[in-house]
Amino acid sequence: MKEIVNRIKEKFPVISETYQREDLTFITTDKIHAVETVTHLRDYEGFKHLVLLTAVDWLEDGVFQLTYLLNNPKEKIDLGVRVQIPRDNPEMTSAHHLWAAMATYQRELYEMFGISFPGSPRMKEPFILDGWDGPPPYRRDFDTLKYAEDTFFPRSGRSTNDPAEHMKKKMYPEG
Amino acid sequence: MVNHIIIKLLYALLSLFIVLNIGLMLNGITRKIYARVNKRYGIRFYQPYIDLVKNYSLETLVSHGVMFYLGPLFRLTSGVGMIMFIPLIYGSEMFSNFSFSGDAVLLLYFMFFGTLGMALGAGESGQPYSAIGVARGLGQVTAAEIPLVLSFLAVFIQTQSLSLTEIVGSQQGGFLHWTMFTNPVATATAMLAYLGSMMRSPFDVVLAPQEIPIGPPTEYHGAFLGVLSTNRAIFTVAKNILYVNMFFGGATSWPELILKAFFLYMWSVVVGTIFPRFRVDQSIRWFLKVPLVLGLLSIILLQIG
Amino acid sequence: MSLEDLEKRTVYGPDNEEINVDPLQDYYCAATPEAKTEAQKGTAPIIEKFANWARSESLWVLAYGTGCGAIEMRPLMTPKYDAYRFGVQWRPTPRQSNLFIISGYLSIKTLKIAIRAYEQMPSPKYVMGVGSCTINGGMYFDSYNTINRLDHYMPVDVYVAGCMPRPESLLTGFDLLKKLIKEGKGTGADKYAKEFEWYKGNQKKIIKNWDMPDFNW
Repeated sequence: MKEIVNRIKEKFPVISETYQREDLTFITTDKIHAVETVTHLRDYEGFKHLVLLTAVDWLEDGVFQLTYLLNNPKEKIDLGVRVQIPRDNPEMTSAHHLWAAMATYQRELYEMFGISFPGSPRMKEPFILDGWDGPPPYRRDFDTLKYAEDTFFPRSGRSTNDPAEHMKKKMYPEG
Repeated sequence: MVNHIIIKLLYALLSLFIVLNIGLMLNGITRKIYARVNKRYGIRFYQPYIDLVKNYSLETLVSHGVMFYLGPLFRLTSGVGMIMFIPLIYGSEMFSNFSFSGDAVLLLYFMFFGTLGMALGAGESGQPYSAIGVARGLGQVTAAEIPLVLSFLAVFIQTQSLSLTEIVGSQQGGFLHWTMFTNPVATATAMLAYLGSMMRSPFDVVLAPQEIPIGPPTEYHGAFLGVLSTNRAIFTVAKNILYVNMFFGGATSWPELILKAFFLYMWSVVVGTIFPRFRVDQSIRWFLKVPLVLGLLSIILLQIG
Repeated sequence: MSLEDLEKRTVYGPDNEEINVDPLQDYYCAATPEAKTEAQKGTAPIIEKFANWARSESLWVLAYGTGCGAIEMRPLMTPKYDAYRFGVQWRPTPRQSNLFIISGYLSIKTLKIAIRAYEQMPSPKYVMGVGSCTINGGMYFDSYNTINRLDHYMPVDVYVAGCMPRPESLLTGFDLLKKLIKEGKGTGADKYAKEFEWYKGNQKKIIKNWDMPDFNW
């Protein structure tokens, strides 16, 4: 793994690297070089299989973190390429030309996080949400509970048994 | 003369009623046996009656045109028509119904008529699954029809008659006179072709409930479905009676008829339990191989022997 | 099927003859449902009672699993529970079934299909809500995409509580439903017809792109 990362370091800027497991490593690169890195990994390092493309919402830092998780079926190792993009007006280079499945992932990310991938086919068509007109629901500043209470008709009389609260009450009744 | 016809009609209706009951019971009992084999308690044996009443009591929602209405009616016509013209009990004046000297040909026609009517009706519903089911059903029934007609032809040639009463008459006097023993090849052909029109595994891809919801009758509901299931009960028994008459020596009493029809029906049930489902192309190919060759052989053997 | 498929249009045959196509007329009944009045029922009470008995003893379930609860229906067919002995059978098409089991959570997309299927069933029809998700949203109460209360979108005859309820609970539910039907209280279809506007309003509130006709029967 380390050799692969070193080889990549020679060609592309690698901001940080995490050796998660023996067969799983994450590298962070910058926005401009991310798709190039993925292409290089696919064409020269044998990472022929796209496992997934996903996003994480770091609300406090104001960034979305995209992860391209790639798999090398021959060596049975996984490599994740991370890239951070600004949270306001998020936009990323499309990589739909690398794998056919990539377009679907990008469609999903556009729908759920509002991350735009210019040029990705059928990106703006509704994917899972049918006729959604609110903000992208996977963003952390989207209050699902409030939305659900406004939209669906909540039945009253619902009580909650949060374990932390419950134990606090039980063990320290005085407060 | 008119009195005579009216009395005959009443008897025909009576036999229709009896046949309907036989059919429903047969259906219920078969499903019960199926369930018992699966180690289940199974449906109540009178469940088909309840289902029938319920189906007639449901609202009719939507129509897709004239043919949609006529489809189940055509299907019912084929079942009722068969009972009307089939001699049920040999030697009984009253339960010979309206049989005449050429009734076997008419019955063959009625057997196919219902399928065609259903195809027209189901096609009108505009449901794609119906269309798939119809295409499969027509293909399969047509393929099964060829060996069936060949085996019937063999019997016609053998007895030199087109009248079912005469055919049954020629088989009287001990079970060794049955067509089953005098012409075993034709009987074998007919029994194989019989499977093709019973809508049971391995030839039930027409209905295929898991794949195309239920085939042709996908859009039929309420009273339409009631008519269809009524016909299903009648038609099955009518076909069994035709086979009993053609190959198994007919029947001289109701118990004998019921017993023979039951065992004949069990033939398709047993085969259906053992063999998995054929695809349409496979089943058509199968019908055009073994049964067709057997059918031709039965006719050729008659010419030689 | 999308909205464009339902529009009136003119197509041209092989010999350039005009064919006017109106799919709404061809495949759907344009009339709104009407509740059955006492006069329309018409038949003698004893016949109605007999019909109700037959309906209750022959529940044909639409084999459409909306959520995780669909897995609970399979054991019902097996030797251990064997719902067939109570007259419960599974039918593959809504046209031939009269009991709709909503088995668990309903996402908006599934709700759309569930409504279509419900409307295509011939009345009298019954709905059984299975699992807490249909009652108050269950563990998906704060989800952006699953409904909270089923009875705001279609009339529910029987609720079976639990997450998920075991097959025995479903059998009890069937028993309860049978009792209701025999008492003549299984009038969900009439209720749906009477409060049609309210139900449609609720449905359209969450199904934003309504790409089907308002009436699906």
